[in-house]
Amino acid sequence: MSEQLQLDFDKIIKTSKFSNEEIQSKKFFLKKFIENGFPNRKQEDWKFLDISQIIKKNISDLSFFNDYSLSNKIDSSIFVDGLEHNKIIFINGRIEKIDFSYEDQNKIEIKDGTKKDISFDYENSLIDLNSAFINKIFKIIVNKNYSLKKPLIIYHSTNDKMKSTNVNLRLDFELGENSCLRLIDFFTDNTNKNFINIFYNFNLLKDSILKNYKIDKFKNDNLKYSFNNIEHSNNSVSETFILSAGSDYFKNEINCNLNGEYSSAFINGVFSLKENQQHEIRTTINHLVENTKSYQLIKSVLGKEAKSAYQGKIFVNSKAQKTDGYQLSKAILLDETSEFNAKPELEIYADDVKCSHGSASGSLNEDSIFYLMSRGLNYQQSKELLINGFLLDVVEKITDSEIKNLIKNIIGLKE
Amino acid sequence: MDTREKNIENLKDYKYGFTTDIEDIKAPKGLNEDVIKFISNIKKEPKWMLDFRLKAYERLKLLKEPNWQKPKYPKIDYQDLYYYSAPKSMKDKPKSLDELDPKLLETYKKLGIPLQEQARLNGIAVDAVFDSVSVATTFKGELTKQGIIFCSMSEAIQKHPELVKKYLGTVIPVTDHFFATLNSAVFTDGSFVYIPKGVKCPMELSTYFRINASETGQFERTLIIADKGSYVSYLEGCTAPMRDENQLHAANVELIALDDAEIKYSTVQNWYPGDENGKGGIYNFVTKRGLCKGKNSKISWTQVETGSAITWKYPSCILKGDNSIGEFYSIAITNNHQKADTGTKMIHLGKNTKSKIISKGISAGFSDMTYRGLVDINSKAKNSSNYTQCDSLLMGNKCGAHTVPYIKNKNFDSNIAHEATTSKISEEQLHYCQQRGLNPEEAVGLIVNGFCKEVLQQLPMEFAVEAQKLVGISLEGSVG
Repeated sequence: MSEQLQLDFDKIIKTSKFSNEEIQSKKFFLKKFIENGFPNRKQEDWKFLDISQIIKKNISDLSFFNDYSLSNKIDSSIFVDGLEHNKIIFINGRIEKIDFSYEDQNKIEIKDGTKKDISFDYENSLIDLNSAFINKIFKIIVNKNYSLKKPLIIYHSTNDKMKSTNVNLRLDFELGENSCLRLIDFFTDNTNKNFINIFYNFNLLKDSILKNYKIDKFKNDNLKYSFNNIEHSNNSVSETFILSAGSDYFKNEINCNLNGEYSSAFINGVFSLKENQQHEIRTTINHLVENTKSYQLIKSVLGKEAKSAYQGKIFVNSKAQKTDGYQLSKAILLDETSEFNAKPELEIYADDVKCSHGSASGSLNEDSIFYLMSRGLNYQQSKELLINGFLLDVVEKITDSEIKNLIKNIIGLKE
Repeated sequence: MDTREKNIENLKDYKYGFTTDIEDIKAPKGLNEDVIKFISNIKKEPKWMLDFRLKAYERLKLLKEPNWQKPKYPKIDYQDLYYYSAPKSMKDKPKSLDELDPKLLETYKKLGIPLQEQARLNGIAVDAVFDSVSVATTFKGELTKQGIIFCSMSEAIQKHPELVKKYLGTVIPVTDHFFATLNSAVFTDGSFVYIPKGVKCPMELSTYFRINASETGQFERTLIIADKGSYVSYLEGCTAPMRDENQLHAANVELIALDDAEIKYSTVQNWYPGDENGKGGIYNFVTKRGLCKGKNSKISWTQVETGSAITWKYPSCILKGDNSIGEFYSIAITNNHQKADTGTKMIHLGKNTKSKIISKGISAGFSDMTYRGLVDINSKAKNSSNYTQCDSLLMGNKCGAHTVPYIKNKNFDSNIAHEATTSKISEEQLHYCQQRGLNPEEAVGLIVNGFCKEVLQQLPMEFAVEAQKLVGISLEGSVG
């Protein structure tokens, strides 16, 4: 594979315009990736779902070449109706459009070609892969005391031109003091066995609020990996919601560093999987200073041959007294062939803390089905009603009512 | 101050820290085929046993020491250890207790384990293991009447080879992980228990382990077989003298429960934990595994882990028979620089299997405690269930408490529930106790005992009292 990597890399360098400095850094990351390769189950973080095996099985020959010199046509039919929003349109590995037409133009800065270096420690070869093959990196800065009027939707799409290819995206965000950003990731990619690798870096300054909603709903056979790194300052809040349902494989990783006092992180996730889908959420919450809070709720509904995994870690530094950490994962297995794996982990070095986690998995409660059927519903209806209620619980945690309704419509949940 | 005086000085903290001056026979230092042959030869073992050891040794050469555990330790030089050490007087095995070396008897008296039958300890049959060999087994006559075999492993190899051959290595095969395989190659002694069909063992069986000689590793092997419809409760206790160097203890324990049988295995582990600066102490790397082979069988592990510099063990249950039950109750206490990485594995293979895990961890001082567990429900294990609860208590902000459960559910008919909490002793509770006249230390003792109660209740009565005291002693000086 390393020959293929080198070949495709040289082709990209030839067809695109990168500065010398950029090329040097790309070469560095390429070398690192060739050394380590795709992660596999020998690594603790990849124990449950082995990406290198899955790529081999689902894609076999993965191409890394992406012609960044050609622009792509924007298909406006993918846009979300009924919600005014700002847009970033990402097609086939190129950001085609950044549109903040609803906002004060001088409150938002968009920089390109920001520094390539990554500020946190990581052992993750997929980030190296991303850094080596990425086209352009944009940095979006929301100025002090500005709350975006409308949410920002990032459309992730691919068209027929992309086949069995690795597609990379990286965005950096900085939320100034007392600012607010609502960000929706909307996946509408064509089904063509691509491997999509997304890396976001968020820097939340004092009193800022980030709300990130990831919606992967439409059935497709692409494999996706997404990594969010969120740095928190005093009093900042991040809320992440993940709907993991469409792709054949999707792993979402969230790394939150609670560096500021009274900062908090909320992560809510829903897996709704069937037919050979394999999804995973892995979270790491690092409580580094006093008085920080985190809350996580993950629920899975698993159909035939579906597999979901949740690895959640709460780390509490010895300085981080008065930490409040909570984590709950629940799963309903609907079929003999479904499988749920969990590893909820606590690593605690401070004594004045309140940390707990829970995990439960099993089939639908027969008594509840009996109750509903005795009231006139048929078996299928009862089952659907129970699943509806089970998932609604997570969606109700979304604090933004506009987006909550949008997501309810997309999933088809009834109140 | 010479070492002896120092030892006496330290005795106040660890009362089992004395050494016994007994002449001993040692195998040459190091690990190689000759040493294995030496051990096998001195124990007059049959050829199949030697083959078993050599097969394990071949396998061992290919294995690497694992390093995924949380507590790290300096590299052990396996060539710098004695793999066999026995009191000299044992060379011609005594026929009865009267012939035992009086010094040995005294040792066990100091430990509170009276070997003489007249000093009946509420009718508990004891097998005492001193360094590498089993020195005495009490109450033999009474047990034999019922057909129960309770003897040292070496004796079992001589007298009951058919049973040993049939079951040894069936739960922990020679091809297992590094420490288990090391044990298979060099194990010296241990206890063997066989309970015949339909017999309910009338008394608690107990083994007492003691490491005396320095630079020795203790590698004992215990095998318990409960035949159809039988029941046995087995206790294990351990101590070691205080030494500055670290000593390795890598035992294997195999339990096999056939149809309708029940085995209850309790451990009170109080190996020397090292001094308050973390110097010395035992590395307790033990492999314990139970197999619920038959239908309706039950295996229950109860452990109170207060000693050892590093405790690294996961007593496990393989629930193979339909309707079988696995239980794990644990209290682990670490103080000063002690480290523990312990938990359990429940592997559900049969239908309607049930398991329960209750784990209580307390860390104080500079210690580090990890609960690591696996619950794996196989796709064929219909209608199985597991309940896990692991609570940790932290005392002070220099220690750590971690929980790493792995949960795998591959069967839609089965339920797994897991809960874990970590907290400190609440100020309100302390205040309440102190208001009623307890001093802070007593108050903490009371609250900790309450925290551990669920597990302590599982221990046989005599042990429960001892364990409760041990909990108190282990935490001394960690308050305030």
